[in-house]
Amino acid sequence: MNALEITDIARWQFGIITVYHFLFVPLTIGLSAIVALMQTIWLKTKNDDWLRLTKFIGKLFLINIAMGVVTGIVQEFQFGMNWSTYSRFVGDIFGAPLAVEALLAFFLESTFIGLWIFGWDRVPRKIHVTFIWLVHIGTLASSWFILAANSWMQHPVGYRFNEERGRAELTDFWAVMFNKVQLGTFPHVIAASYMTAAVFLVAVCGFLYGKRATEAASLREAESVTVNGRDRDMYARGIRLGAVIAVVGFLGVAISGDVQGKIMTDVQPMKMAAAEALWDTSDSCAPFSIFTIGTPDGSAKRWSLEVPCVLSFLATGDPQAKVQGINDLQAQYEQQFGPGNYKPIIPVTYWSFRWMMGLGVAGVAGAVLLAWMTRKRRTPTWPWYNWIVVLAPLWALLGNGVGWVFTEMGRQPWVVFGLMQTADAASPNVSTTEAWISITALALLYAVLAVIEVGLLLRFIRKGADAYVEPPDLTWKDIKSDDDQPLTFAY
Amino acid sequence: MELTTVWFCLIMVLWTGYFVLEGFDFGVGMLLPFLARGDRERRLMINTIGPLWDGNEVWVLTAGGATFAAFPEWYATLFSGFYLPLLLILLALIVRGVAFEFRHQRSDVTWQRRWDMAIVVGSFVPAFLWGVAFANIARGVPIDADKNFQGTVFTLLNPVGILGGLVTLTLFLTHGAMFIALKTDGEIRHRARALSLRLGTVAAVVAVVFMLWAEIHTGDVTSALFFIAAAACLLGGLAAAASGREGWAFAGTFLTLAFAVVGLFAALFPEVMPTTLEGGVSLTVHNASATHYTLQVMTVIAAIFTPIVVLYQGWTYWIFRRRLTIQHIPAEELAH
Ligand code: HDD
Ligand code: HEM
Ligand code: HEM
Repeated sequence: MNALEITDIARWQFGIITVYHFLFVPLTIGLSAIVALMQTIWLKTKNDDWLRLTKFIGKLFLINIAMGVVTGIVQEFQFGMNWSTYSRFVGDIFGAPLAVEALLAFFLESTFIGLWIFGWDRVPRKIHVTFIWLVHIGTLASSWFILAANSWMQHPVGYRFNEERGRAELTDFWAVMFNKVQLGTFPHVIAASYMTAAVFLVAVCGFLYGKRATEAASLREAESVTVNGRDRDMYARGIRLGAVIAVVGFLGVAISGDVQGKIMTDVQPMKMAAAEALWDTSDSCAPFSIFTIGTPDGSAKRWSLEVPCVLSFLATGDPQAKVQGINDLQAQYEQQFGPGNYKPIIPVTYWSFRWMMGLGVAGVAGAVLLAWMTRKRRTPTWPWYNWIVVLAPLWALLGNGVGWVFTEMGRQPWVVFGLMQTADAASPNVSTTEAWISITALALLYAVLAVIEVGLLLRFIRKGADAYVEPPDLTWKDIKSDDDQPLTFAY
Repeated sequence: MELTTVWFCLIMVLWTGYFVLEGFDFGVGMLLPFLARGDRERRLMINTIGPLWDGNEVWVLTAGGATFAAFPEWYATLFSGFYLPLLLILLALIVRGVAFEFRHQRSDVTWQRRWDMAIVVGSFVPAFLWGVAFANIARGVPIDADKNFQGTVFTLLNPVGILGGLVTLTLFLTHGAMFIALKTDGEIRHRARALSLRLGTVAAVVAVVFMLWAEIHTGDVTSALFFIAAAACLLGGLAAAASGREGWAFAGTFLTLAFAVVGLFAALFPEVMPTTLEGGVSLTVHNASATHYTLQVMTVIAAIFTPIVVLYQGWTYWIFRRRLTIQHIPAEELAH
C-alpha cells in the first residue's frame, strides 16, 4: 500500500502518544522531588503536618505515575512497530540509550516506588525516605538517556555512515551522551518539570487553603477552629514551598532555553528561522514578534507586534547579529542535499514556540499570584481565584507539550537531522489497516483513562489531606512487633 | 565467546527474568476470580504482588531495549511483524497497570469489579500472546530478502503458535497458584496448592508436547538437555506441592520456566528469527546485530549494572517476604 499514508498515521500516532506520555512525565519528575523534599523536611522538623502533606501529595503523585508508567511501555515498542526502517537505520546508536535507560532508570524507579508505597511499615523511617529519593534519581536518569537519544536525532554526533549496510553506526558513545544539544535540553526539560510540578502544588494547596478559609468563617466551636487553623497553616506551607520552586524552576527554564536557542541556531538554523517565521535573512538586529497576523498559509505576514533586536539576541547573544532566513537556508540545503522541501510547517513552529513560553509563564504567574493572594493567612476573595487554581497547572503542562511539538516539528522534514527523512522512516510492511487499528485503539483507551484519572485527582484534591496520619516506625524492632497488624497501606 | 553470542545470552537472560517473574504475577491476576472467595481474599491476592509487579514488568522493557541496541534488525522485524498481537499485549499491560493503582482508590463495588475485570483480562491476554509470539519465532515466519515480515496476523495463529500460547498460559497459571500458596496463609493457601496441582498437570501435558515439537523442529543436544531439565523441574515442583512444600514447589515452576526459555533460545541459536520463505533471509546473531563497538560499550554497562539490579530487586523480595493473611488486609466498607 501507499507508503506515505503509513508515515502520516505513524506520525500522528507518535505525536499523540508521546505528548500524552509527556503530560505525566513532568509531574512525575517534579512531584517525586517535591514529595521527597516534604518527607525529608518532616524527618528534620518532626512536624507531622509535613507528613500529612507528604502522604497527600504522594497519593496524587502515585495516581499520576501509574499513567506515566503504562504510557511509557507503548513508547518502548513503538519504534519497532511503526518505524522499523528508522530502527534499522539508527539502532546501533539509538538503541543503546534506550537499553541503558531501562537498565539504569526504569528498574530503579519501579522497584523503589513499590518499596516506597508498601514500605511505610516495613523499614525504619530513615531508610524509607531514601526510597523516594531513589525514585527521583531514577526519573532524572531516565530523562538523561531518553533526551540523549532525542538530541542525537536533532544533531547526530559520534557516528559514521556505513555505505554497505546503509545505516548509521556508533563510533563514540560519550559524544552521544554529552551532545551539546543534550546539554541544553536536559536542564531545560528538568527545570520545566520542577516548575510544572511546583505550579501544581501551589494550585492544589491554594485551592484547599481557600476552601478552609471559607469554612473558617462559618465555624464556631473552638475545636474546629483550631483544626481548621492547623489545616490552613499546613496548606500555606505547601503554597510557599511550591511558589519558591516555581520561580526558581522558571528561571532555570528561561536561562537554559536561552542557551538552547543559541545551540539550535548553530546546529539547526532552519528551526530558529522557522520559530520566528523569518523568511528573509536579516542582516542585523532581527526583531522578535510577540504576535503576528499572517496569510493563512503562513508564507507572509500582514501585521506584527515586534520587539527589535530580540531575535538576534536569542539566536546568537549579540543583538546586532545577522540571522539567516528560511529562503536562504532552503537554497543552501538544496545545494547540500539535493532538491526537496527543507522547510518545516511554519505556522506550527511559529506559534508553538510562542505558546511554549506564553503558557509556561502564565502558569508561573498564576502560581505566584495565588501565593500572594493567600499571604499572611489572608482569605482569598478575588472572583478569579478558582480559575487560576484550575488553569495554572494546565497551562504549565500545555507549555511542555507545545515545547515538544516545536522541537519535533521544527526538525522536519528530517527524522534524523541531515541523515534520514521522516518520509523514509516508517515500517514498509505494516498495512494502513493495522496502523489505523493501532492509533484508534490507543487514542480511545487514552481518552477513557484521561477521564478516569482526572476524576480521581479531583476527588482526592477536593477531599484534602487526611486529618491524622500514623507516623511510621523508627526501628527494625518496632517493625518486627507489628508483623501481625493490618498493613498500613494495602491495595 | 563472540560479543554477539554474549548479547544473545543476555537477551535470553532478560526474557527468562521476565517469564519467571512476571509469569507469577500474570498467574495471580488470572486466578483472581477462580481462587479468591470474597473481596478480602481478592485484595489479599492483589497485595501479594502489589509491591512487585511493576519491577517485574521492567524486565520486558529492558529485553525490548536491549534487543533494539544489540540486534536492531531483530527488534525492527519482530515488532513491525508481530504488530497486532503486540498491540494487544500493550493495551492489556496498560489496562492492567492502572488497574492495580486505581482499583483501591474508591470503595464502590462497581468500580472495584470493573478493575478486577481489567486485571484478569489484562493478565490473560499477554500470558497467552507471549507464548504465541515465541512459538512463532521458533517455528519460523515469512521474512523476505529485505528482512521484513510478509505475513498477517493470521500467519501467527497456526496450531504451533496456539500451542505455544497455551504453554505460557497454563505454566503461568500454575506458577501463580504456587506463588499464592507460598505467600499467603489461611484457607486460601490450601486452595491455591490444590489448584496448582490440577493446573500443573494440564501444563505438564501441553508443555511436554510443545517441547517435543520444538526439539524435533529446530533443537540440538543442548536444547534437549534444557527441555528435559524443564520437564523434570515441573514434575519435581508438582511432587513438592503434593507433599505440602510450597517453597520447593514454587522453585520448581520457576526453574521450569527458566529452563524452557533457555531451551528455546538454545534451539534457535545462532538464528534469532528463521524465515519460512523461499528466497527470504533468516535473521541470525550475525546479520541482525549492532556493531562490535556498540556491543562493547553495552557489555561494560550491563556487566556493572545487572548485578546491582538483581541485588536490589532481590532485597525487595526479602523485605516483603512474610506470608499475608486476610487479617493483614485493612477492613473497608464497600458502597453499592
Ligand atoms: C524528559 C523525560 C522523558 C521523556 C522525553 C520520555 N520519558 Fe518515558 N518516562 C519518563 C521520562 C521521559 C519518566 C519520568 O522517567 C517516567 C514517567 C513515569 C515514570 O514512571 O517514569 C517515564 C516512563 C517510561 C516508561 C515506563 C517505565 C517503568 O515501567 O517504570 C517507558 C518504557 C518509557 N518512559 C519510555 C519512553 C520512550 C521510549 C520515550 C521516547 C519516545 C519516552 N519515554 C519519553
Ligand atoms: C516526550 C517528549 C516528546 C514529545 C512530546 C515528542 C513529540 C513529537 C511530535 C509532536 C511528533 C510529530 C511530529 C510530526 O508529526 O511532524 C514527533 C515525532 C517523532 N519524534 Fe518526538 N517527541 C518527544 C520525544 C521524542 C524522543 C525522546 C524521541 C526519540 C527518542 C522522539 C522521536 C520521534 C520520532 C521518531 C518521530 C516520528 C517522526 C516525525 O514525525 O517526526 N521523540 N514527536
Ligand atoms: C522563557 C523562555 C524559554 C525559552 C527561551 C525557551 C527555549 C526553547 C528552545 C529554543 C527550545 C527548542 C530546543 C531545540 O529544539 O533544540 C525549547 C524546547 C522546549 N521547551 Fe522551552 N523555552 C522557554 C520556556 C519554556 C517553558 C516555560 C516551558 C515549559 C512549560 C518549556 C518547555 C519546553 C520543552 C518541554 C521543550 C522540548 C524539549 C527540548 O527540546 O528542550 N520552555 N525551548
